[in-house]
Amino acid sequence: MRSVLSSRWAGLLLLAVVIALLPLALKNNFQFDIAVRIGFNAIVVIGLNLLIGYAGQISLGHAGFLGLAAYFSAITVTRYGWPPLVSLLAAAALVGLLAFIIARPVLRLKGHYLAMATLGLGIIISIVLNQEAGLTGGPDGMAVDAFTIGSFKLVKAREWYWLVGALLWLAVWLSLNLIDSPVGRALRAVHGSEVAAEVVGVDTTRYKVMVFVISAVFASVVGSLQAHYVAFISPQQAGFFQSVEWVIMVVLGGMASTYGAVIGAAILTALPQVLTALEDYEHMIFGLIMMLVMILLPKGIVPSLGALLRRVSSKAEGGK
Amino acid sequence: MTLLNVENLSKEFGGVHAISDLTFTINPGTIHSIIGPNGAGKTTLFNLITGVYTPSTGRVLFKDQPVTGLRPNELAARGMSRTFQNLQIFMNMTALENVLVGRHLHLNTGILPSLFRWPSIGRGDRAAAALAKDLMAFVGLEKYIGWDADAMPYGALKRLEIARALAAEPKLLLLDEPAAGLNATESREIDEVIKKVAAQGVTVVLVEHDMKMVMEISDHILVLDYGRKLTEGTPAEVRQNPDVIAAYLGQVG
Amino acid sequence: MLGEFLQYLFSGLTSGAIYALVGLGFALIYNASHVINFAQGEFVMLGGMGTVFIAAAGVPLPLAGLLAVLMATVVGFALEKLAVEQTRNASVVTLIIITIGASIFVRGGAQVAFDKQFHTLPSFSGDTPINILGATVTPQSLWVLGITVVIVLLLQYFFTRTLLGKAILATSHNPMAARLVGINVNAILLMSFGLSAALGAVAGILITPITSTNYEVGIMLGLKGFCAAILGGLGSGFGAIAGGVILGVAEALGAGYISSEYKDVIAFVIILAALFFMPSGLFGKRGTDRV
Repeated sequence: MRSVLSSRWAGLLLLAVVIALLPLALKNNFQFDIAVRIGFNAIVVIGLNLLIGYAGQISLGHAGFLGLAAYFSAITVTRYGWPPLVSLLAAAALVGLLAFIIARPVLRLKGHYLAMATLGLGIIISIVLNQEAGLTGGPDGMAVDAFTIGSFKLVKAREWYWLVGALLWLAVWLSLNLIDSPVGRALRAVHGSEVAAEVVGVDTTRYKVMVFVISAVFASVVGSLQAHYVAFISPQQAGFFQSVEWVIMVVLGGMASTYGAVIGAAILTALPQVLTALEDYEHMIFGLIMMLVMILLPKGIVPSLGALLRRVSSKAEGGK
Repeated sequence: MTLLNVENLSKEFGGVHAISDLTFTINPGTIHSIIGPNGAGKTTLFNLITGVYTPSTGRVLFKDQPVTGLRPNELAARGMSRTFQNLQIFMNMTALENVLVGRHLHLNTGILPSLFRWPSIGRGDRAAAALAKDLMAFVGLEKYIGWDADAMPYGALKRLEIARALAAEPKLLLLDEPAAGLNATESREIDEVIKKVAAQGVTVVLVEHDMKMVMEISDHILVLDYGRKLTEGTPAEVRQNPDVIAAYLGQVG
Repeated sequence: MLGEFLQYLFSGLTSGAIYALVGLGFALIYNASHVINFAQGEFVMLGGMGTVFIAAAGVPLPLAGLLAVLMATVVGFALEKLAVEQTRNASVVTLIIITIGASIFVRGGAQVAFDKQFHTLPSFSGDTPINILGATVTPQSLWVLGITVVIVLLLQYFFTRTLLGKAILATSHNPMAARLVGINVNAILLMSFGLSAALGAVAGILITPITSTNYEVGIMLGLKGFCAAILGGLGSGFGAIAGGVILGVAEALGAGYISSEYKDVIAFVIILAALFFMPSGLFGKRGTDRV
């Protein structure tokens, strides 16, 4: 237990140091912007990893939750002058409630059927956002006011960096806490064998619903913040591809690994920025990399590296 | 008082009667075995008792309360736990964590305390881990305490399931072929574990093919054939029953 | 009234036939490999775009169509050989991501090899509409329906009467047993991907004169085909056809009588309702988990 505890704090400390020192290496606004986007994606992916990696339930529709929250914040703040923080919390509550309501029927499904249902929900939300132009601006999107807390106004990527960095650290902390608790073990048990979890008293439905709601709320908070940060939203952010991209981040970084989620988000957020130099070939190469990583490292980057390290170190010890 | 009453229980799957009009009781503090040829409906019966399946007709009483139609987790909360014929181990967890999941009902499972890691979570987990280690030792798995479940051999996983079920502190423990696939030595060791469990006051119901084991440790035996009760009684009574001999002739070597 | 209804019905049957062909592709691959091929829509795109560009290079239209189907089939073979076959025992999520990666790759490639414009093809036999009980039907719709029916009949014959078809069915039921009786399971997988790709490409050629095509057209068509396959019950060929037709007709009626803006929503609302009440689709196998 003690070693688990200390390795947990070592990881959290390292993350804090990285977040604190990274700005020294960031040269310009563009790089800060990428860092902020990585942070946003990482928070969503940490939540999604609880659902996919730990509880073994897939969702191809979480961008819908992000989109709803983003539009809720955009509309209430920009049109009706709500304080952004109040909007953010209200959005999180509403999205959480929506997730809670749909979780029960959706999570009865398994495998491809669950993928289809969540995909359908996400697409329905994005089409509604597209069509209700009177409210949402339709496909053209809408401009969003800046994020303010009292008289303090967040505008520059450098300023956002610290808010997002703190939230990312918080998300990692919450995720690690949850996993290493009775609730987290129940979630992983649902993944391992639902029937075995039930016969020792785990209400599998309760935990599936719970983790679905938690991951939706993570996406919701990011949705609200991102809308203010980008100062603009369009239905694309709620689209199918956004959902898919997050799932890829989860799997690429490594299922059931909180730090894997962060790494996956970092790589896949930064990669397109690098690939834009290749212009027309960007998508081809992106798709190719996805396939190659999944073929060569099906467990994802962090767990594969972990296994490699363990092999190397056990060899160094002369084997067991 | 009886611990478990099964009354006129039936289950059909698409017209096939897996269990037909079955009635029996289980008294507290006994080792109770259910035997019968393959396809006699033993595992189906377990699934019906533990809420994995819903019966077509009939009912189940646990501690004199009707429990038909309750979910397995609700039955677990009332003091029923089980193992599986086809291993159902959480392969994505360590051996110890598997047993810790068995403690689920006795730990703080609030969402906020878990997310923010209130001190009670840490305290509960430390106590649970100590107990889980004791349980692993109790079933003879002390050397696997630090292992990942997916690295353990089959025989050890069979015991791990028993430790996990015991962690829930059941009044009634149902073991579905605990000795299946084990060699003679391992089988004898499982024997000992079952006797120790019963000695602690847990009522054990056992589905088992190993007749030697059944005859040796059971207080009471129920014989099923094609989903019906063939007979029941003490091992001595069952052994001499001509119907049992007929049903088993040529089946048990 | 009747005329209007028939109008919607014909338009629904036409798109339903296309969804059915795409859905059949999903079912074929799922049966053989338990993979949901998210690149299925790209075969549709390759069929349409391929024909447009090969024809533009001076090849006569029918031959261009044939070449485009061949091209899609080769891409299907490559997907199976180079990606899916390399990942035995991979989890469902891993396989989903590989096929999504493949679809992004193919789409990116199409954007480079072709272009980002919308293109169309001439109708197969003119554009003079035919009047049926007050509804006007374009000859191309009849082509779509006719060819779909012919393909379904050919597949039916293939799977019930030919050795190869039976081998594919046997493999989908029990790959281990199929291997034991000497069926080359890898070859079967390859066949299934090629056949699915060809089906998709044919659908893409058929629909292009009606809806036009561009490099992104496969996304929505792929998803609708997936809807059709799921609605019918994964792995059921008959289910995929029924699912496709139901979706197409429901969409057209919904667009006509309720709201044309929400046409694309209708398919997904139907699929959600169906899944909530029938978690294994209309014709899928349902069973109790064995423990």
